[in-house]
Amino acid sequence: MSGEEFVPLSLTPMLIGVFAAIACALPGNFLLLRRQALIGDAISHVVLPGIVVAFLLTGAIAAWPMMLGAAGAAIVAVVLIEAIRRLGRIEPGAAMGVVFTTMFAGGVLLLEQTDTSTVHLDVEHALYGNLESLIWLDATGWSSLLYVQALMHLPVELPRIFLTLIGVSIFIGLFWRALKISTFDEGFARTQGIPVNALGMALVITAAIAAVAAFDAVGSIIVIAMFICPPAAARMMSNRLEGQVAWSVFFATLSAVLGYVLAGYGPLWLGAYDAVSAAGMIATVSGLILAVAAKFGPCRSRTGAPQAA
Amino acid sequence: MTLELATTAGRIAEPASHENSPLCVRGLTVTYGQKPAVFSVDMTIEPGKMTAVIGPNGAGKSTTLKAALGIIKPVSGQIQVFGKPIDEQRGRIAYVPQRASVDWDFPTRVIDVVMMGLYRELGLLGRLRNRHKARALDCLSRVGMRDFADRQIGQLSGGQQQRVFLARALAQDADLYLLDEPFAGVDAATEKAIISVLKALREAGKTVVVVHHDLATVTEYFDNVFLINTRKVAEGPVETAFTADTLQAAYGGRLATAQVEQLSRAVG
Amino acid sequence: MLFEALTLQLGYNATLVAIGATLLGVSAGITGTFLFLRKRALVSDAVSHATLPGVCLAFLLMASFGGDGRNLLGLLIGSAVSSAIGLWCLNWLTRNTRLAEDAAIGAVLSVFFGFGIVLLTVIQTLGMGRQAGLEGFLLGSTAGMLWSDAMVIAAGGGLTLILILLLRRPMTLVAFDPEYAAARGVPVHLTDMAIMGLVMAVTVVGLKIVGLILIVALLIIPAVTARFWTERSEHVVLLAGLAGGVAAYLGAAISASAPNLPTGPIIVLVSFALFLVSLLLAPGRGVLAAVLRHRRFQRRVHLRQGLLALAQGQPIYEKLTLRLLRRAGLVRADGVATDQGKARAAKALRDERRWEIVRGDQTHEAAAALYDGLRDIETVLTRDQIAEVDSMIGGPQGVAV
Repeated sequence: MSGEEFVPLSLTPMLIGVFAAIACALPGNFLLLRRQALIGDAISHVVLPGIVVAFLLTGAIAAWPMMLGAAGAAIVAVVLIEAIRRLGRIEPGAAMGVVFTTMFAGGVLLLEQTDTSTVHLDVEHALYGNLESLIWLDATGWSSLLYVQALMHLPVELPRIFLTLIGVSIFIGLFWRALKISTFDEGFARTQGIPVNALGMALVITAAIAAVAAFDAVGSIIVIAMFICPPAAARMMSNRLEGQVAWSVFFATLSAVLGYVLAGYGPLWLGAYDAVSAAGMIATVSGLILAVAAKFGPCRSRTGAPQAA
Repeated sequence: MTLELATTAGRIAEPASHENSPLCVRGLTVTYGQKPAVFSVDMTIEPGKMTAVIGPNGAGKSTTLKAALGIIKPVSGQIQVFGKPIDEQRGRIAYVPQRASVDWDFPTRVIDVVMMGLYRELGLLGRLRNRHKARALDCLSRVGMRDFADRQIGQLSGGQQQRVFLARALAQDADLYLLDEPFAGVDAATEKAIISVLKALREAGKTVVVVHHDLATVTEYFDNVFLINTRKVAEGPVETAFTADTLQAAYGGRLATAQVEQLSRAVG
Repeated sequence: MLFEALTLQLGYNATLVAIGATLLGVSAGITGTFLFLRKRALVSDAVSHATLPGVCLAFLLMASFGGDGRNLLGLLIGSAVSSAIGLWCLNWLTRNTRLAEDAAIGAVLSVFFGFGIVLLTVIQTLGMGRQAGLEGFLLGSTAGMLWSDAMVIAAGGGLTLILILLLRRPMTLVAFDPEYAAARGVPVHLTDMAIMGLVMAVTVVGLKIVGLILIVALLIIPAVTARFWTERSEHVVLLAGLAGGVAAYLGAAISASAPNLPTGPIIVLVSFALFLVSLLLAPGRGVLAAVLRHRRFQRRVHLRQGLLALAQGQPIYEKLTLRLLRRAGLVRADGVATDQGKARAAKALRDERRWEIVRGDQTHEAAAALYDGLRDIETVLTRDQIAEVDSMIGGPQGVAV
């Protein structure tokens, strides 16, 4: 494959996929260990009502209002889940199920009631995005990376998801020690003066921001997969948190690259001529990686006494 | 008990500070739902002593400790640590939670858990230096777990896990140590190791408070007792506060008479 | 229009859909209750998302054998097979690896759904295009439904309900107390599998009406709603069935009454409205009742504590305690006890002494177990018993002033 073809057509979607995958996998590690893995699921469902409301308010498809709407919806959802869980004394899974299905239903209804025929806003797009379309037409080859003029016309999703990844990494790095302690032993963390509740909320908001930024580029199904599958597979590979996080970044990258390549070129190799959904393929590959890790990973089985309920 | 009503307005004022007491609790009430787990409890821990918190199951022993540490929120009550609010004194308290309160399948090594005790010293971003590691290893040696430093915590036995938790508390280098049922379900060797570490702490002038469930070892291990059954039953030195009467009051019908007699003989 | 819809006068298909939806709602409510009580509510999310690859593969298979790819029965069989595989993966992951169930749920739902999306695009690129209408399974679509499809749904809903009726005894036992059920000789594992089988049945039948993303709402929300109204297990099951049925019926009717009102989302929103009312207003477990109860309780605690402090001459630090005492006329503004306050304080202290005796006395063990620091001793002991306790304390002691 030559640079002339690869750089404009595949480089940017692939990079966006990789950055999105890592940005979700990083907080996913902690959500997994905190038994909050499905928060990612809930967040990615409520993104739809968020962007629909933003569209209704602004009347246009613009990136920033939509991202704000999605982020707002994610925060509303998290607060609602927590409120329903506490007020109704309902187990977290059920509270989550109540909230995200209702908000998603509200989003679909709003969408049906709104005339969106002129704009590109539909449920399918929200679910599986359109990674393949994020191409860099101004590039002519690898050398384009050196030209400011060409770089100016990178798809906006690329710098956006890159900045999100940086932000997520900074949050995780900065609060690494506090996150680790409060995830492992919440009571002890409180005695150390760590603001456990605030930190937990910050983690969820970070995850929400990652989800929204990634969603914008790749759709919500990939977001759930990247929150859970790479960290889950990494869990089978290492008995240290540092190792787990490193493996999860590797698996996320591998899923994104392999998934994109298989979606784009797999059908060609099989004799068909149209690509299949890259987002779906990335999720599928991450699942295959998880399956292999669950079967052969060195640290796949449980250790220690089962936790008292 | 003398019955005397406060007749002067001056009595209802800010609490006098108990600067001598490492942990002073006034009027603590904690409820789970509608049922008080702890009701209107006063507790004054004596410095430099080992105190056992004793009472039947569900009497509010752990709850008192957790509320005193600010882990759970009381309905009412005042807590002072070395005469000041607890948030100003976090660095002087070390807490050893119940072993079952964490997921031991967590991906971390023994040495990492001990170094969690250095959190207040290191802060968010402080560099972990060799001397920190050396100190953590030293704490592990003190509980006889030096050789297990690089093990994953899930691979330890119950007693070993308890010792790791104690080592983490030692790493905090605190003045007040609060332990929640450290002897529950551990082997004899671990119990011995833990008690000798606690005694060494006391020799060094530290204060130790232990939620304890084994009445038979109270006189052997502890200086003071705090008996609780939702309300405070008795508080003071073992000789005066750990008697057949106070035990009867704390355990009520739940302790067979023969048991009480046997224990009070042990009390002497 | 809405009236006609509610009274089933909008034509044959709409009526069948409404009946099917109602049967489905009842089945989902009941099945969901068992799931909810087993604390596995979100397993249904994995099951429903895992249907997508099956739907697509069934379509491809039927189309490539020259049949009609859109045959609903065939598609539903395919969805059942793939959700069963998803469920098996989920169970395998939780049993054989260190992953907790929530992670396994997330992994299964995202990977199966992702793979389903891949297959959807394959179908599109094979030139069978959008007319396959498989996207309808994501969000459900009852508009333009064939008569035969409506029949399949109505029959499926009825069949599921019959299965539930047959299996209700063992499922109730297992859901509420698995250990007791095992002791009674109920095969717990098998019953669990039956519950999951019903979840799959509900999901499959509901695919066409509410779609795979929202079917989980039908399984979760009615059960949670019902839980607010009763502590009795059989009643939770019945109420959940009722809530599910009502929501589905109303939802189907409302959706048929006007354009642009998709059935699935409307059913979910009606269901949520029922939930919200229950959350706020249910007696006992509802929020409003709980808030009132807690405030009353907190006042009692503070008053009692304040009285005991007065009686023992201890200072009172809590501002709320002082305020409550003052409002009840038990202390003066300067914090000194009034006569009434002194009397109440002496009584409180005396009750404490009585409790102490009661709790130290084996013969009163049953009464002692009721002690919570607040209960009036008169409510657990008879007058004679109190007199007996008093004789152990000695006569009423004067209160030094």
